[in-house]
Amino acid sequence: MRTVDVGDVREAVAALLRQAAHSLPDDYLAAMRRAQGEEVSPTGQQVIDLLLENAAYAETETIPTCQDTGMAILFVEVGQDVHFSGGTIDNALQEATRDAYADLRKSVVNDPLLRVNSGDNTPALIHWEIVAGDGLKVSALQKGFGAELMSRVQMFPPAVGIDGVRSFVLETVEQAGPNACPPLIVGAGIGGSLDTVGIAAKKALLRPIGSENPVPHLAELEEELLEAINSLGIGPQGLGGAVTALAVHVETLATHIAALPMAVNLNCSAPRRATLEL
Amino acid sequence: MTRTVTAPLDDVAVKSLRAGEQVLLTGRIYTARDAAHQRLFEAMQKGEPLPLPLAGQVIYYVGPAPAKSGAAIGPAGPTTSGRMDPYTLPLLERGVAGLIGKGSRSEEVKRALVRHTAVYFAAVGGAAALLARQILSSRIIAYDDLMSEAIRELEVERFPLFVINDCHGGDAYQAARKAYRNPAGKSHTSSK
Repeated sequence: MRTVDVGDVREAVAALLRQAAHSLPDDYLAAMRRAQGEEVSPTGQQVIDLLLENAAYAETETIPTCQDTGMAILFVEVGQDVHFSGGTIDNALQEATRDAYADLRKSVVNDPLLRVNSGDNTPALIHWEIVAGDGLKVSALQKGFGAELMSRVQMFPPAVGIDGVRSFVLETVEQAGPNACPPLIVGAGIGGSLDTVGIAAKKALLRPIGSENPVPHLAELEEELLEAINSLGIGPQGLGGAVTALAVHVETLATHIAALPMAVNLNCSAPRRATLEL
Repeated sequence: MTRTVTAPLDDVAVKSLRAGEQVLLTGRIYTARDAAHQRLFEAMQKGEPLPLPLAGQVIYYVGPAPAKSGAAIGPAGPTTSGRMDPYTLPLLERGVAGLIGKGSRSEEVKRALVRHTAVYFAAVGGAAALLARQILSSRIIAYDDLMSEAIRELEVERFPLFVINDCHGGDAYQAARKAYRNPAGKSHTSSK
């Protein structure tokens, strides 16, 4: 048994969110530098240069890379031997979000129909997982909703097969076009059920760009989809070119004999992501 | 050398702009995004006075992040324009001459741009920190309860934009996609 003070968690997660807002992940920056060489459109190259310059400037000035500092989405892995003291862990994570967003944009409304701003960017959306051991791991996405709005989920029958999966991913990117702020990171969830397939697609966005899917047929699918997406011509910011996506990440889940659920979660060219372990 | 255009825009300037062209915008513009558009739309339906001038004006779809102390404004990149499509026609009818955002517009809005001699520009989404450097001043003029969605009057200098939909029916997104689409399904890149 390990005792963790939720006050320490609050402080660490608030720092993580502040940092993520102005500092984009190294694997993304490296992928964008590679993309600079691969882009065939001069305008596309210009956009990639500008986004890299923006990332460097935001980091130096400690200001957000994008005005949409997103909704805080937290994936929390809690070791089953952890005991939390000093309050509830859920409350500590909400307080951490409130603390971090004091200087970030408040983009959350409590009621989706009445649409009054919650004033502090809470609630954070939290996905819990109980794991072995006594560790605590928090992975955060500050998800911009330009790309979220163009994401899709649909329940398919098994007969659509892998061709149906390919078409759904391509159609989603094609329909998103310039709206989702390409170059994109494409997270695809396949399987599970209506509720879990979306979480799988979102979780796929946590994977560093350039990491290989350990499942061979999924690694192959990712490669194939990336090539197909980058032949659509959309390009950086939809202004034309060969770099529409930097990566496709697929997460699969066991599913029922009657269904092939699909979700595609798009992440934009300001993919705010950070992880901490306590 | 990228040319500079001045806001507010007159018809001569709007007519000179061509889809695909890059320009730098200098002058006074107004911000409005989802919630402000909804309020403006309701006010127009009721025939109530509006809190900003429209004739010849440029509207920027943005909800800036909070400003660091001493800065004119926080990071301020474009938001997705298509969400404003349902509210855009009455603004164009009242003389709004320029719209700034990112992403595709509806066919209805594109036709209205031609009919009313107006132009749609895109700024680079995700370049919010750099774009804020081109904004010299910012002042909330209406709906301050909407926080980042309040209507602001901005003074911009050499604000970098792409002309997407011009008043002659040109569409830079469609032209670009056509030019770079690879029908063989083969990527231009050698990357994996």
